[in-house]
Amino acid sequence: MRTRVTALLAALVLLALAACGGSSDKASSTPTSGAGAALPAAQLSLVAYSTPQDAYAQIIEAFQKTPEGKNITFTTSFGGSGDQSRAVASGLAADVVAFSLEPDMTRLVKAGLVAPDWNAGPHKGIVTDSVVALVVKQGNPKGIKGWADLVKPGVEVITPNPFTSGGARWNVMAAYGSASAKGADQAAGVAYLEKLFANVPVQDDSARKALQTFVGPPGKGDVMLAYENEAIFAKDLKHQPIDYVVPDDTILIENPVAVTSSSKYPQQAKAFVDFLQGPAAQAIFAKNGYRPVAPAGKSPYAFPQPSGLFTIADFGGWSDVTKKFFDPAGSVMADVEHKVGVSVG
Amino acid sequence: MRRSSPLALRVVALVYLTFLLVLPVGLVFWRTFQHGAGPVVDALTRPAVLHAFRVTAVVAAWTVALNTVFGVGVALLIVRGRFPGRRALDAAVDLPLAVSPVVVGLALILVYGRFEPIGGWLETHGLQIIFAVPGMVLATVFVSLPLVVREVAPVLAEIGTEQEQAAWTLGAGPVQTFRRITLPAIRWALAYGMVLTLARALGEFGAVAVVSGRLVGRTQTATLVVDQSFQNFDQPTAYAVSVALASVAIVVLVVVNILRSREQSRA
Amino acid sequence: MASTVLGRAEGRARVVGAGSGTLLGAGLATTWLSLLVLLPLGAVVWRAGEGGLGRFWEAVSTPEAAAAIRLTVGASALVALVNVVFGTLIAWVLVRDRFFGQRVVEALIDLPFALPTIVAGLVLLALYGPGSPVGLSLAYTRAGVVVALLFVTLPFVVRTVQPVLLELDRDMEDAAASLGAGRLTTFRRIVLPNLLPAISAGTALAFARAMSEFGSTVLISGNLPFRTQVAAVHIFGQIETDNTTGAAAVATVLLIVAVVVLAGLEALQRWAARRA
Repeated sequence: MRTRVTALLAALVLLALAACGGSSDKASSTPTSGAGAALPAAQLSLVAYSTPQDAYAQIIEAFQKTPEGKNITFTTSFGGSGDQSRAVASGLAADVVAFSLEPDMTRLVKAGLVAPDWNAGPHKGIVTDSVVALVVKQGNPKGIKGWADLVKPGVEVITPNPFTSGGARWNVMAAYGSASAKGADQAAGVAYLEKLFANVPVQDDSARKALQTFVGPPGKGDVMLAYENEAIFAKDLKHQPIDYVVPDDTILIENPVAVTSSSKYPQQAKAFVDFLQGPAAQAIFAKNGYRPVAPAGKSPYAFPQPSGLFTIADFGGWSDVTKKFFDPAGSVMADVEHKVGVSVG
Repeated sequence: MRRSSPLALRVVALVYLTFLLVLPVGLVFWRTFQHGAGPVVDALTRPAVLHAFRVTAVVAAWTVALNTVFGVGVALLIVRGRFPGRRALDAAVDLPLAVSPVVVGLALILVYGRFEPIGGWLETHGLQIIFAVPGMVLATVFVSLPLVVREVAPVLAEIGTEQEQAAWTLGAGPVQTFRRITLPAIRWALAYGMVLTLARALGEFGAVAVVSGRLVGRTQTATLVVDQSFQNFDQPTAYAVSVALASVAIVVLVVVNILRSREQSRA
Repeated sequence: MASTVLGRAEGRARVVGAGSGTLLGAGLATTWLSLLVLLPLGAVVWRAGEGGLGRFWEAVSTPEAAAAIRLTVGASALVALVNVVFGTLIAWVLVRDRFFGQRVVEALIDLPFALPTIVAGLVLLALYGPGSPVGLSLAYTRAGVVVALLFVTLPFVVRTVQPVLLELDRDMEDAAASLGAGRLTTFRRIVLPNLLPAISAGTALAFARAMSEFGSTVLISGNLPFRTQVAAVHIFGQIETDNTTGAAAVATVLLIVAVVVLAGLEALQRWAARRA
């Protein structure tokens, strides 16, 4: 115990000494062999949403071992996707931005901080994929197999509030898409949403908080709507007592990444983004539970291919969907919440 | 001898406090040290955590310093001053307490953000406020503004001005009078106010989260680490850091309380 | 607290320092307060008015916003009232009673100040949520919101009443007792009027704090629109959906409520101080 305390004191002293200025990440280690020009030294600021934090830490290390990346250091910031997007829009310096859904990128395009052609490349600006999954308690005690089970009486569903959590919108669109035959039968879709939200006892303000609520304390709910990568994070990486089911009908979650137009090091930033979409980084993403967008070799997780997979494009893209479904002043979800509030409260 | 307070009252008070205060706080400490002190120290000595403590300490120190100086000044003005708008100043002091941290962040960004007139001007002159430590200090000073004032002002009013007047007639200047007459008189109230400010500064989360930019290793405070750890299912770290923060505040509170009661019993 | 005292200080109106010194000090303090408080809050109010009065009204009269405001103001008022009773009671017990462990209890009162609010919320949830060892389940209910608010506002009334109780001259109480007045009557007619200014001051602070509370209520409230969503979270939601003007509007309403209540309590203090 005493050595630990001494270590603590020593660490504090060292920290104080090393404190003056300096970045948080260590400088490059010796580069591996290989061709490729080293880029001029730069410090890149990565502003990302919260869940890929571990993945990016590993990717940055790998990047710094490449010839292009050996002189590049990073500052990083992780937080709720919407929070981070708004922060950049309010002046948080960023060279590379990575969000969990497209509207957070669109906000920056509108603010003139990201070029409008950010999604023109071969991967359309997407760096990782995932799907909406149904997360259940370990052993799946309630036998949840698909969307129909969620609206049965007595089943408690956990999902964040789509008006405080941008990420929760994927959940809503997945539910809607499955019930409305990919948008063909709007009435059926809306009816399903109403029944679904009647079974939601609590709507946390963010996806991670919802996961906390579900896993516990307090451990509320029988099934939770979440990204597959979140489920893998909790189950396989953090060994929480949960399982997950990927339903046949679900939505493809696409996470965008871009270089900002205000970046002082556009060349280096672009090199990093290219690296993100390359095999080495994609393999790291896959190890962390994300579905790669480029070939990444074998992954430790089985990423089941849902037979009825659809994308946001099937509903007209995010700008249409946001207006139609998530406008607080009047939209499908506003009405659903209204109905749920009035009938229950 | 007749008890000056009925037993029933004591029981009610203690039961209320037990359920509202003692049990929850006890649970925090119990959960933290559930597996011994080893994991706690491990969690606390991680570089990111140590750095976060440093950021918290810097922000808290600035907050206490600024609020002490201006708190005493404002208290003096409210109690002793005579000028139009004194009542408004008095009322304005309590206002920060009513503002939610979400709004504090929003408000500060609206004024000091890079793309706002004032913030932009400051930034071109090299002073970055938002997404840097100065913004975090501003946010923390905001939420703890009333604490020193509300401790010092009543005492200032209680002691009256006779001693100060006497010092004046004997030729002391205002600074001297303040230093040798006023300050010792308000010493304990001021200390208590400073400690309350420190406690609030250590525990502040909401407003700071918004204006910090969450830069890992740079503007992450200890409370942000707590939040992040909870969300990453790293409960041991979250509880360890919370307990560390709470302990500092508790220790200082207890020390000031003891010293103050000792001083009062001597007087 | 300060205003109680203003009532008494008024009787001995004196100014420390020359007139110009006070004005300079007032100028400095005003500048400080402006930069720190008034300007940012003013910016919020300004933002709220950006879409015109119609848009302002629209933002604050949506069913969700109205429900959130009602819950916040209602819960804060309830909490303030509970604190009036229990805060005074606890202060009384601490000052007038003697029991084992009193010093510890005394120090514990300030604990809610020391604990970060997110931790407070989590612990309250563990204790009073599902799976609670005490058998209560208050999570995701309005009662849960109230409990969380009671926790964070505990010290306010206690700490404002205590010093006044300590100073209180017991002669009048003893006189009343010797004249045959019961304890309750003595309390009601002699002690209470003297405590009223301090109680109002503490209540003002408790009310203000409850109105602004975000960290600890979010966890235990469940954030259900219309039922348990407090205004602060609603504001957050508005910001998240890029409706900053709407967010600012609701924030402005809360500010107005706070100003009105604080002013009212301050007037009560001054009136009570003059009577005492």
